[in-house]
Amino acid sequence: MYEGVVQDLIDELGRLPGVGPKSAQRIAFHLLQADSLDVTRLVSALVEVKEKVRFCIVCGNVAEAEQCRICSDPRRDLTYICVVEEPKDVVAVERTREFRGRYHVLGGAISPIEGVGPDDLRIKELLTRLADGAVTEVIVATDPNLEGEATATYLARLLRPLDLKVTRLASGLPVGGDLEYADEVTLGRAFEGRRVLDV
Amino acid sequence: MHLRQLSVVDFRSYPSAELPLKPGVTTLIGLNGQGKTNLIEAAGYLATLGSHRVASDTPLVRAGTQQAVIRGVVVRDGHETLIELEINTGRANGRNRARLNRSPAARPRDVLGTLRTVLFAPEDLGLVKGDPSERRRFLDELLVTRQPRWAGVRSDYDKVLKQRNALLKSAAPVLRRGVRRPHRSSTPLSTEPMDKGVDKSVDPNDGTVNALHTLDVWNSQLAMVGAQLLYARLRLMRDLGPYLSEAYDEVSAATSDARISYKSSLREEMAAAIAAGAVPEMQALHDEILASLEAVRVNEIDRGISLVGPHRDDVVLSLGQLPAKGYASHGESWSFALGLRLAAYQLLRHDLGDDPILILDDVFAELDSGRRDRLAALVADCEQVLITAAFPGDVPSVLSDSGTTYRVTLGEVVRAD
Repeated sequence: MYEGVVQDLIDELGRLPGVGPKSAQRIAFHLLQADSLDVTRLVSALVEVKEKVRFCIVCGNVAEAEQCRICSDPRRDLTYICVVEEPKDVVAVERTREFRGRYHVLGGAISPIEGVGPDDLRIKELLTRLADGAVTEVIVATDPNLEGEATATYLARLLRPLDLKVTRLASGLPVGGDLEYADEVTLGRAFEGRRVLDV
Repeated sequence: MHLRQLSVVDFRSYPSAELPLKPGVTTLIGLNGQGKTNLIEAAGYLATLGSHRVASDTPLVRAGTQQAVIRGVVVRDGHETLIELEINTGRANGRNRARLNRSPAARPRDVLGTLRTVLFAPEDLGLVKGDPSERRRFLDELLVTRQPRWAGVRSDYDKVLKQRNALLKSAAPVLRRGVRRPHRSSTPLSTEPMDKGVDKSVDPNDGTVNALHTLDVWNSQLAMVGAQLLYARLRLMRDLGPYLSEAYDEVSAATSDARISYKSSLREEMAAAIAAGAVPEMQALHDEILASLEAVRVNEIDRGISLVGPHRDDVVLSLGQLPAKGYASHGESWSFALGLRLAAYQLLRHDLGDDPILILDDVFAELDSGRRDRLAALVADCEQVLITAAFPGDVPSVLSDSGTTYRVTLGEVVRAD
């Protein structure tokens, strides 16, 4: 145990994800020895992130205003919504520069083991967004693992009564890769999803 | 295929050991507790990434150390492959790692199929006398040895099952309300199947509908992965059956009509067809799993566990008209367990056009002299056989004379001749 404030700092750092007691101690002593300007910069970054960043009231992505950059962009196509698990997935899809519609961030995937059910995800908000009928296609881009697939199935069933197209991102071979390096599950999926070559 | 070299570091009782091997018979002789089985356990681990004796890796690492290493040089059609496995239990080293010919494999699972073994050990008596889980494990392990891709399906199925059981437990109170509401007038435990289980009159903001929808989602996941696993098991059973009758009769020198049939947890009609040896199409199995889940829904919600699927199935072993479990004598049970392993060996041999390595752990001491000699004759033409025994006299001389014998004393392995 260290004295007073040092131990408090270690305890606080230790509560961060992925930081154990040893790492917390190392970070705390690094901060103690660091230039006080550096520390001030870190503190103001922390304070600012809590003050300025919120979650977009429309899509749930991180935002600095009431709406995120994408939702407030008038050039975006309102007829498409891409449903993802986390804000970082928005960044991943944005990198493609292919998708010009808007997003909906669920905030996770259905996983009973972790106690996450549909009520814990932003599904009700999605239904509200779809209510006015402007959206014609929902692209489900949850992770291609068991929980992501389960969430996709859940959404597909939920949205079936609505008059719109629900699509799922394809699974298959990575572009630029070698067939021989693909694992058998991916290759199996790629076979299922094969398509006719149009010449 | 055969192993040319097997070496271990900090594995079980061994700080380190080297065992040069040749095709043909290799016999390890040593008193109890000297470390014979540890060596063949290591060989089995290289092939299956699991021990035939324990479920967890912890006992495999020598006490006081945190990492065990197993290396084996596999020779197949003149080509050598070096498999190296690190078994890590200490936190510092992280997960288990594998290397093939010195280059790291992305996942340890990738080495499956490089070495194939069929291992028969005293523990296998549990195949006949033990719980259904032992027989399921036998099928699933053989499935993976035959086609390594099933390892992925099997682990997916386990994950789906865990998620579904967690849902049944955590959402039990809500789910109970959901399935009982439409039957409020009837008895609360009515088992009537319901239309998709969801009552349209229920308030949509109530958690019940969500919980039932979520259960439906996991039903479809379980049906999808479960149907694949079930289909694979049924095809394996169909292929294995003929070899089993043959192997049992050869070991026991009798015509005993040893048979295996699959006992499914699906609804009666399908279960009967499967028990009679039918292998339905994967889509039919998928639909049937869904329907069976629907039928046991109320029961499942009450008990909080998944009651339908490959994880509830069993393999019935029978001799003539009688089930082996409960009716077979000790000797017959031994012959049956041995028959299953030998059948697996024959199946792999014919399937892959290449002999797996046969490992017989302490088997001969349990058999009468007739069965001993017949087993010796059966295994004489295998490419490589590893045998352990407490006394040299236990091993039929046809086997020990032709091969190499090592003595194992307190973790020291020395050539006997």
